[in-house]
Order: sequence, then C-alpha cells, then structure tokens
Amino acid sequence: MPTFVRTEKCDGCKGQDKTACMYICPHDLMKLDQDGSDTGHAMKAYNQEPEQCWECYSCIKICPQNAIEARAYADIVPLGGSVQPLRGTDSIMWTIKFRNGTMKRFKFPIRTTPEGSIDPYAGKPAADMSKIEEPGFFNDENGYRAGNRSELIKL
Amino acid sequence: MAGEFGKPEVVEEEVDILLIGGGMACCGAAFEIMRWAEGTDLKIKLVDKAAMDRSGAVAQGLSAINTYIGSEQDPADYARMVSNDLMGITRDDLAYDLGRHVDESVHLFEEWGLPIWKTDENGERHDGSRGMTPLKDGGKPVRSGKWQIMINGESYKWIVAEAAKKALGTDRIQERIFIVKLVNDKNDKNRIAGAVGFSVREHKVHVYKAKAILLAAGGCVNLFRPRSVGEGQGRAWYPVWNAGSTYAMAAEAGAELTMMENRFVPARFKDGYGPVGAWFLLFKAKAINSEGEVYMDRNKDMLDDYPPYGHAAVPASCLRNHLMLKEMREGRGPIYMDTVTALANLRETLSPREVKHLEAEAWEDFLDMCIGQCGIWAGENIEPEKKNSELMPTEPYLLGSHSGCCGIWVSGPTDVGAPTDETEAGVPAHLPKGWHWGYRSMTTVKGLFTAGDGVGASGHKFSSGSHAEGRLAAKAMVKYCLDNKDLKPELEDSVDDLVAEIYQPVKTFLEHKDYSTAIDVNPNYVTPRMLQFRLQKIMDEYVAGVATYYTTNNHMLAVAEEKLTMLKEDALKMRAKDLHELLRAWENYHRILTAEAHMKHIQFREESRYPGFYYRMDKNFVDEENWKCFVNSIYDKTTKTYTCFKRAHTDLVDKSKLFK
Ligand SMILES: Cc1cc2nc3c(=O)[nH]c(=O)nc-3n(C[C@H](O)[C@H](O)[C@H](O)COP(=O)(O)OP(=O)(O)OC[C@H]3O[C@@H](n4cnc5c(N)ncnc54)[C@H](O)[C@@H]3O)c2cc1C
Ligand code: SF4
Ligand code: SF4
Repeated sequence: MPTFVRTEKCDGCKGQDKTACMYICPHDLMKLDQDGSDTGHAMKAYNQEPEQCWECYSCIKICPQNAIEARAYADIVPLGGSVQPLRGTDSIMWTIKFRNGTMKRFKFPIRTTPEGSIDPYAGKPAADMSKIEEPGFFNDENGYRAGNRSELIKL
Repeated sequence: MAGEFGKPEVVEEEVDILLIGGGMACCGAAFEIMRWAEGTDLKIKLVDKAAMDRSGAVAQGLSAINTYIGSEQDPADYARMVSNDLMGITRDDLAYDLGRHVDESVHLFEEWGLPIWKTDENGERHDGSRGMTPLKDGGKPVRSGKWQIMINGESYKWIVAEAAKKALGTDRIQERIFIVKLVNDKNDKNRIAGAVGFSVREHKVHVYKAKAILLAAGGCVNLFRPRSVGEGQGRAWYPVWNAGSTYAMAAEAGAELTMMENRFVPARFKDGYGPVGAWFLLFKAKAINSEGEVYMDRNKDMLDDYPPYGHAAVPASCLRNHLMLKEMREGRGPIYMDTVTALANLRETLSPREVKHLEAEAWEDFLDMCIGQCGIWAGENIEPEKKNSELMPTEPYLLGSHSGCCGIWVSGPTDVGAPTDETEAGVPAHLPKGWHWGYRSMTTVKGLFTAGDGVGASGHKFSSGSHAEGRLAAKAMVKYCLDNKDLKPELEDSVDDLVAEIYQPVKTFLEHKDYSTAIDVNPNYVTPRMLQFRLQKIMDEYVAGVATYYTTNNHMLAVAEEKLTMLKEDALKMRAKDLHELLRAWENYHRILTAEAHMKHIQFREESRYPGFYYRMDKNFVDEENWKCFVNSIYDKTTKTYTCFKRAHTDLVDKSKLFK
C-alpha cells in the first residue's frame, strides 16, 4: 500500500523546523521536491520509491497537514478501500472504508504519559560499580528473575 | 569545506563507544550505558540510518510484547521453549540469561507510558489506558500465550526511543548515517578500531574511531525474491529496511557467525502478512485446509518423524509449517484461518459489549503492527466474523531475535554452567574455546559487541529481550573500556581509501553516465535495484525460496555458489546516481554477504534441521547423531570466502521436562 501525497494539502512543512515525512520514513522514501523538477509540484513531498513502501504509516501519522494517505497495492488489492489514521497525543483514531462502502471506526490508546515527559533516571539509583560484573542492571524494577538454580544441570 | 556529490566532506571523530543502530537493542543500550558511564568521561555516540522514533522492526508499533517471563515462570522454562522451537540447537546460557533480565525492560516500558492490557479480579480484560496496578507491583497482564502479553503498542518505538534519546542527549546521536563497514585495528587484526559510513542527507563520509562498538542493525530481508513483485514489493513480513548490515559487517571484520543456515518463514495472513498469534492464542481460531480439515490434526503423525521436537506441547514453528506445506503441495489449498467459527464460538459465551470489544481487538491487532493487512481486508471486503482469510508462508528472512537464531557467536554469562572448552575439532586456532571469554555479548573480535538480531544461537527475545540484551552489552562495554583505558585504536586502512571505497558507486556513475542515452542501461555499471533482483533470483531458485517450495540440494547449492561469486564481483560495479541510491547500493552489498553465509551454512550442514523452513532434498532428515551441533563460520576479507566448522552443543537445562 504505497503512500501518496495530496497535492493541495501538502505545504512542504514550510512553517516547521524539518520536513516531517522525510525526517521520519525509516526507508528514506519520502522526499521534498524543492524546485518541482521531479514531480512538477515545487515544495511538495512525494514517495520516491513506492514499490519499497512497507506501509508502516509513520509518514502518514506524522504529517501536520494530514496530506499523506495510502492506496492499497494496485497489483494485489481491489480498488476502493482505505485505511486512515488520526494520531493524537494519547490515542489514535482509525477510519476504515471497505470497497463495498462498509465503514468501521476504532479508537485505541497509544500512551499513558504526556509525550516528551519521560525522565529516564528520575528516582533511579546510580550504578554500583562494584557490581559491574554481576548479573542484573544498574536499577531493579522488580523484574529480575533469579531463577531456581537447581534447574541448571551443569553447575 | 561543504561536500558535494562525488566529493564528500570527510568528518573524522574519535569516541570510546559507538552504538550502531537505533532499534530496540541500541535503545536499551543507550538507557543502561549512561548510568554505568557516569563519572568515567567515556565518549559515547549512537548512529542510526533512520530516525530513532520510528526506526527498526518496531517502526509501525506492535500489539504484543512477546517475551515476558512473569513471576510464575522460571528462566529455565523459557530456555527450554527457545531450544525446542529452534530444533534443539541453541545456547542455553544466552537464553537463560535473557530470561533472567527481560522483565526489567518491560517494567520500564510501562513506567514510560506504554499501555499494557490487564486482567481484573473477575478475569475481564482491559486495555492499557485504565491505569490498573502496574506489572511491577503485581498487576496481571493479559496473556495471549505462555510468554506473550498484549499491549496497545502503536507508539511502542516512539516511547522507547524517547527514553533512549533523553538518556543519551541529542549531542550524542546522529541520525541518517548508514554504516558501511567496520575497520579493524592496525596493530591487532582481531580487534575493532572503528567504523565508516555516510550521511544520506548531506555529502559527508563519517569515519569513527572507537574502542568498543555495539553493532545492532537488525536482521535481513529481501535476500530472497519476495512473493509480492510489483508495486506491492515493499510488503514483506520483515521490515524492508533491515538489510543484513549486522551480519555482513561483523563477518567482514572477522567475527565468528553462528547458525546462519537458520531462517524464519512465518506463516501469516496471505499478501498482507498480518500477525496470526492473537488469532490462534487469544481468539482460539484453527487453521484449516480447503476441505475444512484442521491440518495440524490431520497430519499429526508427521510430527512423529521429528522426535523429540515434534512432541512438545507446542511443536517447533518450522514443523507447523511442515504440516501446512503438505496440504499445499498435495493440492488442498487454500489454507484458511477459520475466523468465522472462532468468533462465533466466542459469541456464545460473551456479552454483546464484550463481542464488540473483541471485534475491535481483532482489528487493533493489525492496526498496531501490520496496517497493510487492514488495507487488504478493506479492499477485499473481508469482515473476519463473516469470511475466512487465507494463510500463506512467506519468503525466508534471516534474523536472530524473533523465531530465528542466525547471528553472531558471543560471549555469554559465566555463572550458569556453560562449557569452557571446545570438543569439536576444526575450530580455527585463533578463536576462543568455551562459551564465555570475558565480556558479556562480545563477539570473537575484541571490542565488537552485538545484541538483538545480532546475537545468534538464541532467538525468541523479541522486542523486550532485544532491549534487555542491549543493556547487557552496554554494561559490559563500559567495563571493557575501563579495563582498556590506554588502548589507542588505529584504523588499519587509510581514511582516503575508505572514503574512496564508499563513494565508488558515485564515481562509477559520474564516470560512465553519458556513455548511453538511458542512464539505467549501461554496460559499465549495474543499478542497485537490478543487483537486488539478481540476488533474489539466485536465492529463490537455488537456495530454497518459494519457487521450489523451500527445497534445494547439493547441486543447486553449487550453482548458487558460482552465481553468487560473480554477483559479488559485480557488486563492485554498482552505480549510485544520488545519495538515496548510494544507500540502496550498500544495503544490497550487505544482503549479498548475508546471503552467501546462509548458502554456505546450508551446504555445510548435511541434514535438514528445519523442515518447513527449508529442505535439503539430498539429506532430507534430522541427523541427531552427527549434526546436533552449531555450524559456525568466519569470513576472510582478503580471499573473500567463508569457512564453516562445527562447534559442540550441550544442554545446560534439562530438556526432557518439555516432553512429559
Ligand atoms: C514483523 C515483525 C513483527 C514482530 N512482532 C513482535 C511482537 O509482536 N512482539 C515482540 O515483542 N516483538 C516482535 N517483533 C520482534 C522485534 O521487533 C525485534 O526483536 C526487535 O526489534 C529487534 O531489535 P534490534 O535492535 O535487534 O533490531 P531493530 O529494532 O530492527 O533495529 C535495527 C536498527 O538498526 C538500524 N540500522 C540498520 N542498518 C543500519 C546501518 N547499516 N547503519 C546504521 N543503522 C542501521 C535501523 O535503522 C534500526 O534502527 C517483531 C518483528 C517483526 C519483524
Ligand atoms: S509532512 Fe506532510 S506537509 Fe510536510 S512535506 Fe510531508 S506531506 Fe507535505
Ligand atoms: S508508509 Fe512508512 S515506508 Fe512508506 S513512505 Fe511512509 S514512512 Fe516510508
């Protein structure tokens, strides 16, 4: 399901500090056509290698203009369906349209803390250098499973 | 000097520890390392070919954490499961150690904001937004299997990356750097001294010197011809951006590889490769042939051919494929997931509210980790309560953290009874003997560490285990650097040579582009895309891809060997017309080296250890007497050849308990 960019919606992320879709695509597919020489649409983004798209939706979810959509692979899937998300700060909403017109909507939580609020070492101890060669991590979150030593048959 | 195309700026940098990759493993390493490094003034840097928020296999999100031990199970139970699923040949020391540590990472994910489903005292399940008792304080997860727990994981990678980025600080992170090769030390060929790569955004080559390197750049996809070949080519089960960099770069640096014959061929929903785990385990669906028969029951006797691995409560993954492939070969396809019956059965016991919830859960399973599958359901008008969906085994992938165990041979924990000697003859003399040689997660090359998909002979670590394994490596790397304070890494190659090598595809292009009028057809170079097609054709047709129903033999492998040799030679003639194509060029070079290792290992192992994943038809049996051992290899970068050899296998936990 390669992505495509809606010409009239994309503003090239002009007001942003980076081109969001280009920044995020894990496969380096989204590209800003600065002078229009690739697509005829200057300062708009496009998918430069649609047959390499994993349909991970990372670009679709991040686009501030909601300008990116996906169209199911033309060589595999009948036309007419669509799957489109709207990602908020704590949940994501999905609208699914079937070829026969059936619609489904779902909303799922995505995180329980505000974005950007993680303070990785807050309330955590410093590392105890005397234990650097022992099993276990610098902190203990009640998840270390010491195990029943009698299970180890070669000790 | 600002670089330009064909004339890159060269940026040299010296650090103590370099983390290559920004996936689950490196995010774990980033979090753990800064605490151990506090007050040591070690210089640390992370480089990723993409953006950490969405890089690696978890880019899209996940709907389950597949490895969570919980307080009620023992790490030994986990090590047993891993071993049986991989047909008996895994390193118990690595699996056991992972089992001890993995839950620590899961508890952090929850603290950072990952919603984890919970079961209340009445047994009803709730999604992760409800803020019920955290796992760390005894909260009960929703198990979709003995080891798996359900999450609302759309932002899984985003959350884990946020913690890693905060821990490291943005100054220590460089994104969009593709690492092409590692460089050994001038004064000790068996030590690592640095790595070199290029920016996919600017005309810059980056040369890093480092005492210690964590190489965790994922597994390998698209070395075989995928089932989707047109516009849908990007739809592989495994994310198309992990190109075997981990295995190829480690091999070239002289690190010992292990079990590269192992592969993973997931049976998934056809064409979209949506996950089946929740359907089997949570919704209790059955897979059936076109006549409505449950083929796991119909073909049950076939499991007796592979004792003891077929006789565990859950038979090895490859054997489940083996039973399905029989149906397909004998013309009883398509194979279906019977979603209709499963949901109807659940309706009988659940309230309408719960049924509605259940429907949402089924869709969420795809939306959180395989949205493309929803696109197919929507396009083909498939509602799972009304219409069954086809299943299909995919093309093969190479990975070490999911249900596969290929990878790099690493030093394990010292306190679980692992061997300290080697009983198989033929191991090259410069390699260590037992299963641990000083630093946890270090490869056989001094200073080179790995984690996640990089660590071979274990498997089933998944997202949580890869994170935990990155943390284990991080701690050991700090110790290594502190023990080697006076070490001064010196690159064995000159910076000029390295830069020339990396930019060769660009040079080739600029030199020859005007020879023909159409830039893609030119006798002086090959496009990375065509090189990839050639690789995929060879692997598919001779090394047990889908074209031959996963079968090969000695003769076919010999043909593959010859063709791969020429392909590797031609790889030196790749062209790159822009930075994006330079990325594709080196990705494909990594794929070729990985594919070659896979082929050589299958050739060396004279049996079919993983029926359902591949069959050597000339040796179509499991030979416990001669081949219950590791197959390992090293690559000689001067002769450009792999040498395979055996290493002895032994059990550190009692496996017979699985079969009682
Ligand atoms: C389809 C699929 C479904 C899965 N489902 C689940 C599940 O439900 N539950 C679960 O727990 N686990 C699941 N897993 C497993 C989990 O995703 C992996 O175990 C985990 O991501 C491995 O971590 P890693 O760090 O080794 O690799 P990755 O997370 O893949 O990270 C690799 C990193 O290396 C970078 N990189 C690659 N090459 C280079 C290079 N040359 N230079 C620089 N950087 C590079 C990439 O950009 C990326 O950042 C699934 C995996 C797949 C593929
Ligand atoms: S993120 Fe959206 S608005 Fe910005 S360049 Fe891409 S498509 Fe255009
Ligand atoms: S869907 Fe994913 S792979 Fe496709 S262009 Fe967008 S970010 Fe890239």
